[in-house]
Amino acid sequence: MDNIPNDVDKKILKTISNIDISKLKGAYNIRKDGKLFVRNTTPNINIITKKDKDGIDIIIKENTKNESVHIPVILEKEGLNDVVYNDFHVGENADVTIIAGCGIHNDSHKKSEHDGIHTFYVGKNAKVKYVENHYGEGSGDGKNVLNPTTVIYLDNGATLEMETLQIQGVTSTVRTTKAYLKENSNLVIKEKIMTTDNQDATTDFYVELNGENSSTHVVSRSIAKDSSKQQFSSNIQGNTKCFAHVECDAILMDNAKVVAIPRIDANNIDANLIHEAAIGKIAGEQLIKLMSLGLSQKQAEQEIIKGFLK
Amino acid sequence: MLELKNICFSRDGKDILKDISISFPDNKVIVITGANGSGKSTLAKIIMGIEKPDSGNIIFNGKDITKMEIDERSRLGIGFAFQQPVKFKGITVGDILNITAGKRLNRQELCSYLSDVGLCAKDYIDRELDSNLSGGELKRIEIAMLALKNSEFTLFDEPEAGIDLWSFNSLINIFENMKNNTNDTIVIISHQERILNIADEIVVFENGSIKEMGKKSKILPTLLISSKSTRYVKEEKSNG
Repeated sequence: MDNIPNDVDKKILKTISNIDISKLKGAYNIRKDGKLFVRNTTPNINIITKKDKDGIDIIIKENTKNESVHIPVILEKEGLNDVVYNDFHVGENADVTIIAGCGIHNDSHKKSEHDGIHTFYVGKNAKVKYVENHYGEGSGDGKNVLNPTTVIYLDNGATLEMETLQIQGVTSTVRTTKAYLKENSNLVIKEKIMTTDNQDATTDFYVELNGENSSTHVVSRSIAKDSSKQQFSSNIQGNTKCFAHVECDAILMDNAKVVAIPRIDANNIDANLIHEAAIGKIAGEQLIKLMSLGLSQKQAEQEIIKGFLK
Repeated sequence: MLELKNICFSRDGKDILKDISISFPDNKVIVITGANGSGKSTLAKIIMGIEKPDSGNIIFNGKDITKMEIDERSRLGIGFAFQQPVKFKGITVGDILNITAGKRLNRQELCSYLSDVGLCAKDYIDRELDSNLSGGELKRIEIAMLALKNSEFTLFDEPEAGIDLWSFNSLINIFENMKNNTNDTIVIISHQERILNIADEIVVFENGSIKEMGKKSKILPTLLISSKSTRYVKEEKSNG
């Protein structure tokens, strides 16, 4: 290993990707403070540094099965604005798990920012599970900013399941996801966000269902505490015989604010699009039930939040 | 022993409970019955602390608990099975049983509590307590929670509602086990003749007051003959 991780690196990697760096297997590319930290490739998965801009190409051969790629990013250097372009080329019939994530450790007064632009080209009948965790920590009052953009192209019969989690320490985020689906492809997005203090989080989904029998499920669950603000927007374009289900559920606490802006465009008689949005405080009856089992109000709230974001 | 002394409760100018005084002795099954709107469920909520009485006192094992919060009463040994089970997003059947137990139960323990209510653990422990479960399933899980909590004083508000005949039989078994195995008191709000039949004592509510109370042998025969306002459901015949 060309670089030796320190304790902060190890903790961040554990939090965002649940990995122990000394036991990491498969393909991986760890980026720290805007530079390559350590990389491993496998016979089926190659990782190449881009020449025209900062970032990498991850090339997954067709028929690659049960392999994983870890591409975590660590930001510890204060005041850094790290922008990176990662492109995933997933071959036909592959079945892989990709784990990304960014952890910021910022003890300074300066802003630390990471903008990851991830583009997925998923080949015919390939299956991808994509997990992305965002986390911030540090003793300073400098802002931790994460603005990820994800662009997804699903070829015929391809499926992608994207799970994103941001639960702590990110001062500001604008999360943009765009997807273009061909025939029989399926996109599942599960987003979980918790904001506290004065944090703000904006998520924006745009999905075009262009191929017959394409489908998408977008589920966003969020908790807004203290004086934090969240905005959820989704725009689903049903251009053919297709199915979409968008569900936005938010729990409001304290003085937080949540806005949900749903849009579903049915541009074809056979487009079947559903949007559900619910924003509200924790239901009183849920607290009462858990308190009747012996939990204090605070413990009851914690259990409800833990379950909601599970 | 739980005692209610002169409990009054009114809302929107309507007297829902009028000066209720009653003692629930230990080691008994007491069934509270009466017409809808007669104040039974309100009484249960007042005992659990979900509603606070306008006046009067609640004494549990000699201690005045009138001002105590729900969770304090729960920890002292009061349990309450809701008439309408509460749904949770993300909390699974396994989670709620672990929360009830206050520790992580192993699969075998989870299985035992769920099979008592006629549910197969492997099909249920990872399922969320939300609208994906039927009303009857949610109700059975609610009962399993209270059987697991095994409080000294347990209230069941219409436990049979939405439960089919098969699980109704196991429901009766649960009450009988709770009654036989412990010194605990079970109070059941019900209209079911078969549940009235397992009572030691019956309390009849009418318009926010206790109309009559006493041993089952005294109350039940007159109830079944004379009731006009309350419909008592005769025991259904089972093929099994």
